Amino acid sequence: MATATVAATAPLSNGFLLRRGPNEGAKSARSLQRTKNQRQSASSRRFGAAVITAKFDLKPPPYPLNALEPHMSANTLSFHWGKHHRAYVDNLNKQIVGTELEAKSLEDIVIQTYNDGDLLPPFNNAAQIWNHDFFWESMKPGGGGKPSGELLKLIERDFGSFEKLCEELRAAAATQFGSGWAWLAFNPRPSDGKELLVVKSPNAVNPLVLGYIPLLTIDVWEHAYYLDYQNRRPDYISIFMEKLVSWDAVSAKLEVAKAQAA
Amino acid sequence: MALRAIASRKTLAALGSGLRAQARLATTAAAAAASRGLVTFSLPDLPYDYGALEPAVSAEIMQLHHQKHHQSYVTNYNKALEQLEDAVARDDAPAVVKLQSAIKFNGGGHINHSIFWKNLAPIHEGGGEPPKGSLGWAIDADFGSWEAFVQKMNAEGAALQGSGWVWLGLDKEFKKLVVETTANQDPLVTKGANLVPLIGIDVWEHAYYLQYKNAKPDYLKNIWKVIDWKYASEVYEKECR
Repeated sequence: MATATVAATAPLSNGFLLRRGPNEGAKSARSLQRTKNQRQSASSRRFGAAVITAKFDLKPPPYPLNALEPHMSANTLSFHWGKHHRAYVDNLNKQIVGTELEAKSLEDIVIQTYNDGDLLPPFNNAAQIWNHDFFWESMKPGGGGKPSGELLKLIERDFGSFEKLCEELRAAAATQFGSGWAWLAFNPRPSDGKELLVVKSPNAVNPLVLGYIPLLTIDVWEHAYYLDYQNRRPDYISIFMEKLVSWDAVSAKLEVAKAQAA
Repeated sequence: MALRAIASRKTLAALGSGLRAQARLATTAAAAAASRGLVTFSLPDLPYDYGALEPAVSAEIMQLHHQKHHQSYVTNYNKALEQLEDAVARDDAPAVVKLQSAIKFNGGGHINHSIFWKNLAPIHEGGGEPPKGSLGWAIDADFGSWEAFVQKMNAEGAALQGSGWVWLGLDKEFKKLVVETTANQDPLVTKGANLVPLIGIDVWEHAYYLQYKNAKPDYLKNIWKVIDWKYASEVYEKECR
């Protein structure tokens, strides 16, 4: 199904490429927008040298840096987005100059440099840019509450109840040893019929490289919560679930995921 | 055990008792477990006040790091060991195997931090002084110079992605010093059965974030002002006898 798009992009050649297919190219509105925002910055065009340097930009969160107060402080956002996320962007741009990765979309770079788990140097920066873009979108001012509609239906089908999903998500986030992320993801080809699943991943790894479509993420690197919660990761996770999570964003991503998988 | 809550001056004698303290009964849970013959571990006392390493490492960080993070590793290590004992007793092999990651993570956390506290000392007690004697010469021999050694430690520590540790270790088979990193709470021995940890620097974000924020290289630069070499020298001399 995905052969045409796959051939044009990553050189990986194993089974999960087929599952990865729907994520790529122009098929999904989400990835189109992401490609548009992330691919070209005309500011690095150089005359005469006939070299066009594709650079990634630091995308701002979809709300002001103080909009998540008091649950996630403006201070945290200023470091987390302004320093950490910015550094990933700056460092990836430096790493890909003069390489074949320069011409690729961010998602393509993530998949290619994941290299079946034998991580290539740009993976950490590329994946962390992707993950953080996604993290800001997973939250909103006045977040929390419950999902509704199709999303709630699928949650109840695959987890039994919304409460059960929350339990699994919290547990995944709390038990990710060291740095990493917890995710709600969509499996386009579930062997057990369950399309929704909770995944936890270390460092920069994300469900894209596992063949899933991310729907929601919570960052559990210490820098995500230490200024506001210190060692109290469980408190941070609770506040995220109760006050920050944007179920609207999750619903929107689910719609896109289902359309791709159809 | 509650001793750590008292911010009074602690003596160097407590340094040695720290390891022995591991076998001491400290909590009700530990007492109960011990009455069943199970060895439990306890949080070693710091041989200095929480504020004694300022300005290199803040008191706030030292207190959280010791009382919360290290304590949590100790508590969860004990819990995992108790669960392991139960699993072994009822012949539950899958449960035994499943517990390994919790043991490695929490046990490793306890081991690593116990070494770390011994690697630190206030400046007026010798912190920051480069090693003399055989370990000092070995550093020159194996790295070229003291500066080259520090630079290598800092480069490896800065480059480590995620959470982990940077170590000066002794390969006791070849009697050579090495700089190594480990991920998460993996002890140095996971990088080589012959490796003995001499100096460990915690590069988990909790070790520096409140003070240095994202500037990990600044933390690495500054922590050398309070790195103490007494413990490392003792271990080195013992292994190289």
